[in-house]
Amino acid sequence: MSESLVVPTMAEMLAEGKQPEVLFWVGCAGSFDDRAKKITKAFVRILNRTNVSFAVLGTEESCTGDPAKRAGNEFLFQMQAMMNIEVLNAYEAKKIVTACPHCFNTLKNEYPELGGNYEVIHHTEFLKSLIDDGRLTVEGGQFKGKKITFHDPCYLGRANKVYEAPRDLIQKLDVELVEMKRSKANGLCCGAGGAQMFKDAEPGNKEVNVLRTEDALETQPDIIAAGCPFCNTMLTDGIKNKEKEGQVKVLDIAELIANAQDL
Amino acid sequence: MSYLDNILFAVLLIAGFGFFAASVKKIIRNINLGVDVDRKDNPKARWKNMALIALGQSKMVRRPVAGILHIIVYAGFIIINIELLEIIIDGLFGTHRIFAPYLGVVYDVLIASFEILAILVIFSVTVFWLRRNFIRLKRFIHSDLTGFPKSDANYILYFETVLMILFLLMNASDYHLQNVPGGYSHFHKAGSYPISQFIAPIFNGTSNEVVGLLFEIFWWLHIAGILVFMNYLYFSKHLHILLAFPNTYFANLKPEGQFDNLASVTKEVKLMMDPNADPFAAAPADENAHPAKFGASDVQDLNWVQLLNAYTCTECGRCTSSCPANQTGKKLSPRKIMMDTRDRLTEVGKNIDANKGVFVPDNKTLLNDYITPEELWACTSCNACVEECPVNISPLSIIMDMRRYLVMEQSAAPMSLNAMMTNIENNGAPWQYSQQDRLNWKNEN
Ligand code: SF4
Ligand code: SF4
Repeated sequence: MSESLVVPTMAEMLAEGKQPEVLFWVGCAGSFDDRAKKITKAFVRILNRTNVSFAVLGTEESCTGDPAKRAGNEFLFQMQAMMNIEVLNAYEAKKIVTACPHCFNTLKNEYPELGGNYEVIHHTEFLKSLIDDGRLTVEGGQFKGKKITFHDPCYLGRANKVYEAPRDLIQKLDVELVEMKRSKANGLCCGAGGAQMFKDAEPGNKEVNVLRTEDALETQPDIIAAGCPFCNTMLTDGIKNKEKEGQVKVLDIAELIANAQDL
Repeated sequence: MSYLDNILFAVLLIAGFGFFAASVKKIIRNINLGVDVDRKDNPKARWKNMALIALGQSKMVRRPVAGILHIIVYAGFIIINIELLEIIIDGLFGTHRIFAPYLGVVYDVLIASFEILAILVIFSVTVFWLRRNFIRLKRFIHSDLTGFPKSDANYILYFETVLMILFLLMNASDYHLQNVPGGYSHFHKAGSYPISQFIAPIFNGTSNEVVGLLFEIFWWLHIAGILVFMNYLYFSKHLHILLAFPNTYFANLKPEGQFDNLASVTKEVKLMMDPNADPFAAAPADENAHPAKFGASDVQDLNWVQLLNAYTCTECGRCTSSCPANQTGKKLSPRKIMMDTRDRLTEVGKNIDANKGVFVPDNKTLLNDYITPEELWACTSCNACVEECPVNISPLSIIMDMRRYLVMEQSAAPMSLNAMMTNIENNGAPWQYSQQDRLNWKNEN
């Protein structure tokens, strides 16, 4: 990782009179969470390598309001939404890519009614389109022949019916993609959604993330692939709980692609 | 049949349908207690959903065993009801198998297929009963299903079995009399009886008069049973056989992840953010003279589709068995959310009936008296319940509306969530990081 990352902001772009091809919405986890920052950087390395013209909002970005909305605080959500929409509209943003399914869902589905109309795509869809357009070529590299299972994030899968893009990407790596007993529409939540990430679980007999990790471990994978920073945290914790850190890694699809190309 | 029979039949029929109509009226009134929501858009997609999901049962076969057996019972229910038309005409006019002469061979085929369906229904219902009572599937021995809901499920199965047996006995006695040498009374040859012809021998050696009387008894019990069953629906989860149709029609068409934006909040937020708005101006005296209540604490705060959902719920528990919270031992059960909503709605309806058409506050609410905050806070909003429901019910939407009430009306979120929300408010992230540091990752290693 000697090359430093090139991350222009929308403000800088505007100053140069340029409009990027796509706005990269980093999200709170991607900006602040140590584990998720690695995903952000992996994605940026791919963008840099493929010369995609993109920009971030940087310090002008603010929480989409998703956790507030799912917690029931519609006021706070709409305040956040309207502030973000003001910023996005001022930059005349057209196309937004994000590595967080929660941001993706909120921007895509809940912003239009409040005045924010953009083409919003998840980073797995974006990476897939780069490959389809011949702008990115992918080889298995260090992952060749590995056994990988994919955990569907609720807000990407059931919520928005994106099931294939992440799987297509994994398959490009010459790996063995194995499905868990419940996947796609039947996938089990990692336990983070609906603002659960920010609170303790109610009394029960198990943690949801442990249950989901058990699903994943049943497939005896080398790697559990995730497409959401929150799922990533939950499954990583699950693996720790099962004391399998030595054998099984939890990686975002962007990391799989970037690492396979030694980026 | 003498005239007395015809009159008695007409009275039975009028009573049966009359009571039923009164129940339907009550259900519609109760559903209309909900707040309005527009579900008239995109009729094409709505009809399609109804055709595929309610009529075509497309979501039932996600669990193949139950799904296929259910389709048999359902087809039996619909098709055998064609026979009902003939029974009603025969009953009113004292005829016997009035369609037979007009339909000819078609009549034989119809009666034969009814019989085959009847036996398949008995078989399927028996399997259902075994699954429910002996195989002890987790979703059927669940704590949601105690008391009436548990018995209700079995009553339905008993009802269906008895009705099918009566139907076959009726045919068997008819077949027997059609075939006595020289014929008997009005029992002319009509229909084909692939199943009941094997039951008919039980009448050998019994006098024609007695078999004729038995036929009358089976016939009356069968039609009376159907009318009673129809009126039982009002009290039962079996209501879904009717409400599945409107319910799938009016179900949400938007992506499952899209939660509605509260319009009342949008207004206030816009006003707050508008630099030109005069904060001291008197609130405009428009329709919003009453400050809107945010979220739902009782059934009247839910929308009518959510209330329709509650009446439609089949209590199958597919939602609960796929719920991550429930699978990990939390109190939350999406099925219970629906059952509680229906129970409370029924209670509110009774209150209105008892008080001459107005609801008199009873110091109870759906929140707390039926559904506890502990259940509501356990939801991950994963949509598994919505995806799984065979009739497109959304327990999640009710959970969300009740959370909104807890947070916006009562400030009663768990402490850690309050901390998260304060962070978003102050620094634009759910954690305590400054917005100014949002791009720091770029230069970190
Ligand atoms: S959305 Fe909530 S109630 Fe429905 S299955 Fe998921 S956790 Fe359970
Ligand atoms: S909400 Fe749907 S899935 Fe759940 S019990 Fe009712 S009918 Fe079954």
